[in-house]
Parts: sequence; structure tokens; C-alpha cells
Amino acid sequence: MKRAARKIARHIELFSLARWWGIVLKEFLQLKRDRITFAMIIGIPILQILLFGYAINSDPKHLPTAVIAADHSEFSRSFIAGLKNSDYFAISAEHLSEAEAQSALARGEIQFMVNIPADFSRRLVRGEHPALLVEADATDPMATGMALSALQQLAAAVAARDLKGVLNPQARQAAAFAPQDPFEIRIHRRYNPEADTHYNIIPGLMGVILTMTLVMLTGLAMTRERERGTMENLLATPVTPIEVMSGKIMPYIAIGLIQASIILIAARYLFNVPFAGSLPTLYLIILIFVTATLTVGITLSSIAQNQLQAVQLGFFYFLPSLLLSGFMFPFRGMPQWAQIIGEVLPLTHFNRLIRGILLKGNSWPELWPEIWPLLLFIAVAMGIAVKFYRRTLD
Amino acid sequence: MNADAFQYAIDVRGLNKHFGPRHVVRDVSLKVGRGEIFGFLGPNGSGKTTSIRLMCGLLTPDSGEGTCLGYDILSQQAEIRRHVGYMTQRFSFWEDLTLRENLDFIARVYAMPDRRNCVERTLEELGLSARARQRTGALSGGWKQRLALAACMLHKPKLLLLDEPTAGVDPAARRDFWEELHRLAAEGISILVSTHYMDEAERCHKLAYIAYGKLLAQGTAAEIVAAQPLRTWSIHGRNLAALSQELRQKEGVAQTVVFGDLLHVSGDNPALLEQSVRRAVESAPEKVRCEQIATSIEDVFIYMMNRSDGEEGSPGEHG
Ligand SMILES: Nc1ncnc2c1ncn2[C@@H]1O[C@H](COP(=O)(O)OP(=O)(O)O)[C@@H](O)[C@H]1O
Ligand SMILES: [Mg+2]
Repeated sequence: MKRAARKIARHIELFSLARWWGIVLKEFLQLKRDRITFAMIIGIPILQILLFGYAINSDPKHLPTAVIAADHSEFSRSFIAGLKNSDYFAISAEHLSEAEAQSALARGEIQFMVNIPADFSRRLVRGEHPALLVEADATDPMATGMALSALQQLAAAVAARDLKGVLNPQARQAAAFAPQDPFEIRIHRRYNPEADTHYNIIPGLMGVILTMTLVMLTGLAMTRERERGTMENLLATPVTPIEVMSGKIMPYIAIGLIQASIILIAARYLFNVPFAGSLPTLYLIILIFVTATLTVGITLSSIAQNQLQAVQLGFFYFLPSLLLSGFMFPFRGMPQWAQIIGEVLPLTHFNRLIRGILLKGNSWPELWPEIWPLLLFIAVAMGIAVKFYRRTLD
Repeated sequence: MNADAFQYAIDVRGLNKHFGPRHVVRDVSLKVGRGEIFGFLGPNGSGKTTSIRLMCGLLTPDSGEGTCLGYDILSQQAEIRRHVGYMTQRFSFWEDLTLRENLDFIARVYAMPDRRNCVERTLEELGLSARARQRTGALSGGWKQRLALAACMLHKPKLLLLDEPTAGVDPAARRDFWEELHRLAAEGISILVSTHYMDEAERCHKLAYIAYGKLLAQGTAAEIVAAQPLRTWSIHGRNLAALSQELRQKEGVAQTVVFGDLLHVSGDNPALLEQSVRRAVESAPEKVRCEQIATSIEDVFIYMMNRSDGEEGSPGEHG
């Protein structure tokens, strides 16, 4: 009887709201006094969004281009001259074979390969709607996007100027019937099938910034106590591991929401990223993701022996998040093993969620498949953190 | 209910602790009665801090068992933490918090009823109300010590574990501190206090002496002295340093300690000791006189430490 009663009492005591609140208040006060950390929290997102956003948004010109003109017609010459005149393209090779051009593209020596098929102008004149083939190295979609749209305009302009008199009545009829371009530009984006637009970058950047700063900040949370010698005091009090860890991440949840808001404001007003979905849903998703990230930080912090180790572990987590979450490289283009690792990382799901909300206006039914992995992740990571939390000084 | 179920505030048996290859605590067994001030003495690095941490569940012993306030040190660490006040050797409060914030945090985690009043009262008793908004890191060493003691007593523990609370504190403050300890003991609070000041030994009800991780003696000061076959002679006079050097080589002399114009010579063979002392006094170049005195606890501790040192096989300081 007595033993049972004691057992129950111990379970009740596993979490006390009063003790937990004590920890939360202490952490808020300490964070408030830590000026450097505070500056970092506000400064890093602003700096990164500006650097990333503007560096990526810059519109690269004079991109190396190979032209394979198998069709030596008036149109071809006019089109190539147009390319040369445009700022976007620098014709670096005109007399390559298709195979040579392909390997130059693979090596990254050229960004574009424009292929004018042999019978292009003949079919054009016949009104057969021929295709002009463009292969683009779209590894970096930002680099190619603007140039490709310039290419389309250029082709249309050349067609409108040069082909008026040439087209036979049949073609003219076809053109009148279907008043679009007399030919098609078939763009083949190589190495990046998803062909991200720049809208993809800014939302993706939010997850990256949150991951980086929050894992680093909470990574130091436990090791700092250990190095300052206050851990012994904390351990001597009745606080339980779950109270300490969840209490310690509370201020950083607030920090995460502030950082996210800064980035959202920048996304909206500096980069004109559309906001298709609902704002409360967006914030709820951010809250879940921030919690998942903080749980990682606190787990690393309870594993690490000192602050340096915590930083190293943080980096160890940050790199795969950056590389395998679909932020850097399109997820579907990654090998199987990388996709499996990617699926475990919160940033992967967050990237899909935030793009889904901001760009596609997704709501709960579409979002749920990406939300439950985050919730599962939080539970598992918190379990690991509590398991690794040293209740003694051993 | 549990509070009355135990006889000893601390009752541990056969505690052992290794750090890597080093055997830091060896077979330590201690009994601290209720309302007792128990002095835990020993030189630096002898394992006092480690032993205290073992007793309050902050370290897990490699072997051994015991209870603290009736709670098992191996399985009921949570209860021990709730009822014991532990003052760490190194100041371990949060220096970036103010005095009031530190006390407030402690009051919250111990779920003190009437928290606000309790904190204010403590600040007032400390005489620190005016500086309550100051960062704790800005306090001087003595004030930090007082804050730490006040904080570890905030939750009214029934057992205080104080690890070198008077290290680096001036004599007047030390006297006040010991008076406070006796007042607490009179209220029924049990206190284990570690120190390496020998003079504080006399202010404790009971003592334990530890050296090289081994508990060498335990009991009241009189018991400890009586348990050793040590006799002591005191020699008065000048130029005692040379005499001391000379006597150490002599038969029956275990140790010599100079206190100004006083030389204590101790040994565990009364006859041989007396013979050596008398001969040395007679042949001394300057006039000195000698008399047998009661062996002090300090003589005993020095004796025990030297003996234990010899047993370890490490080079001693016997000259
Ligand atoms: N965490 C630890 N890791 C390794 N060695 C330790 C640790 N804590 C204490 N020691 C060693 O154990 C010995 C006893 O230390 P301690 O218990 O602090 O002695 P005291 O408190 O009596 O000065 C010392 O030699 C110390 O270096
Ligand atoms: Mg110590």
C-alpha cells in the first residue's frame, strides 16, 4: 500500500508546473541579459535573408552558350545574331558537334545549348510548328530562369520580324487559326527537373536559418550550465530532466517565432513571395518545426561534454539538413539513401510544408502527411534527450 | 511519515568511487545522528567533495549502500534532493541573475508556499535587501558564501550538506557562521560540514577524518584522540626548528609540529618518546623546558595522515 502510494507520488512529481515555470523564467532572464546572443538572434536572419535573397535574385548575364545550327537559313542567322545582341547569352562555341556540346554542358563549361534542327526553317515555312531545342544547365535555376524567358521573347521577336513574308499561305492560315508562335521552343532543364523558381528559395531559407540558429543556441543550453559549474546546483534541486529540457527551450520558441516573422516580412515585402495559404496555419507549422529543431538542440546539448562539442554536433546536424532537405538540391534528384536520410530530417518536411502553404495555398488535408513526421520526430528526440540527460555528475 | 522513520540523518556503508584508474573514495562508512554537527575533515583532494556527492545522490557509487534522511541513496535520489540542502564547494548560483532572481528560482523549484515573502525575508535576514537587484556575479566572495548558505536553507531542509562553506571567509564571519550552525542544530537540523581548517574540528559534535579517500577515524574529538596510542610532549623555548629537525630522527618520535615558541612532539611508544624528548632537551644548546600534554585532535590528524601516506607507499614527508 505504502509503496504503491509512493510510486504514484513519484509519477506525479515527474512534472511540476511550478518547477517548470521556474526554469522558464530563469532562462528568459538569462537570455535577456545575454546581449551577444540577442544580437545574433535578430541579426543573423536579417543578414542571411538579405545576402541569400539578393545574391540569388541577381540576374546573371552573358551566360556561355553553344549554338548548333544544322539549319543554315536566314532565320538561323538572324536568331543567332539576336542571341549575340542580347545581354543574357555569350556565344562561346558555334561549330561544335552535338556530342561535344553535350559534354561541355556536362562539364559546366556552357550553360545553354541551342540546337536548331536541320529542317527547322523548311518546316517553319510549311507551318509545321517545328521545335527549337534548348538544353539548359538548370543546376542553379536562378541562373537560367531569366535567360530562358529572354530566349523565348527573342525567338518570338525574330519570328515576327523575319518570317512575315516568308510564310506560305498555308502557314499563314495556320498562324491565323492558332495565333501563337509559329514554332515551339522546347526547353530541357538538365540536372534540376523541378526547375525551382526564386520563390522556392526564400521560404526554404526560413527553415535553414531557423535550423542553424536554434540548434546552435540550444546546443549551448546544457553545456553552459556544466561549464559554469551551475549544473551541480541544478542537479541538487528537485527539477526533473523533462522540466529542465522543456523549460529551457521555451524562450527559444519565442525566438524562433520572432525570427520566422522577420523572414516572412522580408519574403513578403522585399521579395514579393506570394502568401497563398492561411497565416495561422503557417504559424502553427512554424511552431511545430521550431519545437522539433529545439528538441534536436537540447538533445545534442545533453550528449555533448562541453560547448565546443555542442557546436560541433550542431554542425554535424546542420550540414545534412542543408544538403539533403531539398533546399540545396531537388529532393527527387537525390539518390535513394540520401532521400531516406532526408525524410528523417525536420527541415525536409518543413520545406514542403512552407512551400505548400505559401505558394500553393495548401491546407490541412494536404499538409498532414508532412506534419505527423515532425510530431513523431519531436517525441523521439525528446525521448533521446531525456535518456541522455545526466541526472548525476558521473 | 517517512520523516520519523529513520534513526540517522546519514547512514552509509562501504562507499567506493573510482575516477578512471583513481580510487578516490575507499570504503567510506559514516553515521550522522539527527541534530548533530558532523565535521568532515581532510586535506585537499582527499575525497570529501566526492563523498558528499555520493551521499546526496549526485554521484553513483561503484559499490556501497546507505540512506540519507531514510531515503536510499541509490534509488530515491529525487526524495533526497527535495529534503537535503546542499551547498557546493564552488559557488554555483547563476551569476547573471540578481540575488532576488536566484532565490526566487530556488523557491520555485522547491515549490515553496508563500514564495514571495520567503524570498524577501531571506534577503532581509542576509541584510541584502538593498542589493537584491544586483547581479550575483558582482558580489564579493564572503557575500556569495552567505547567499549560497541562505539559498540552500530556503526550503527548510532537515539535513544540510555544506562543502567547505568557510573556505576563504574571514575569521569574524567564520565565527558568526558557526554560531548560526549551532542554532540550526539546536532546532534539530542535522549538518555535515566539510572543512580543512583544524580549528573548526573543535566546534563539531562529531568528526570524521579522511585522507587519500580513506576514512581514518570517526567519533567525538575525545574518542578519536583516545583511540590512538599517541602521547605528546610540549617543548617551550627558542630555536625550536633545529630541535624539531633533530627530534624527528630519534626513536619513538612519530612527528613534530612547531607552533611559534612551542614544539609538539608525538609518538606512539610512551617510554621511547619520553626518553628521546628528555635527552634532546638536556643536550639543547639553549635552555628549553618540556612537559607532557594532552594530545590534541590536530596532532592526531597529522599523525593519521602521515601514517596513511606511508601505507600507500608514496613518498612521505618524514624527513
Ligand atoms: N569528476 C572528477 N573526475 C576525475 N577526478 C576527480 C573528479 N572529481 C574529483 N576528482 C579527484 O578526486 C580526488 C578527490 O577530490 P575531492 O573529492 O574534490 O577532494 P576534496 O573535496 O577533499 O578536496 C581529487 O584528487 C580529484 O582530483
Ligand atoms: Mg572539495
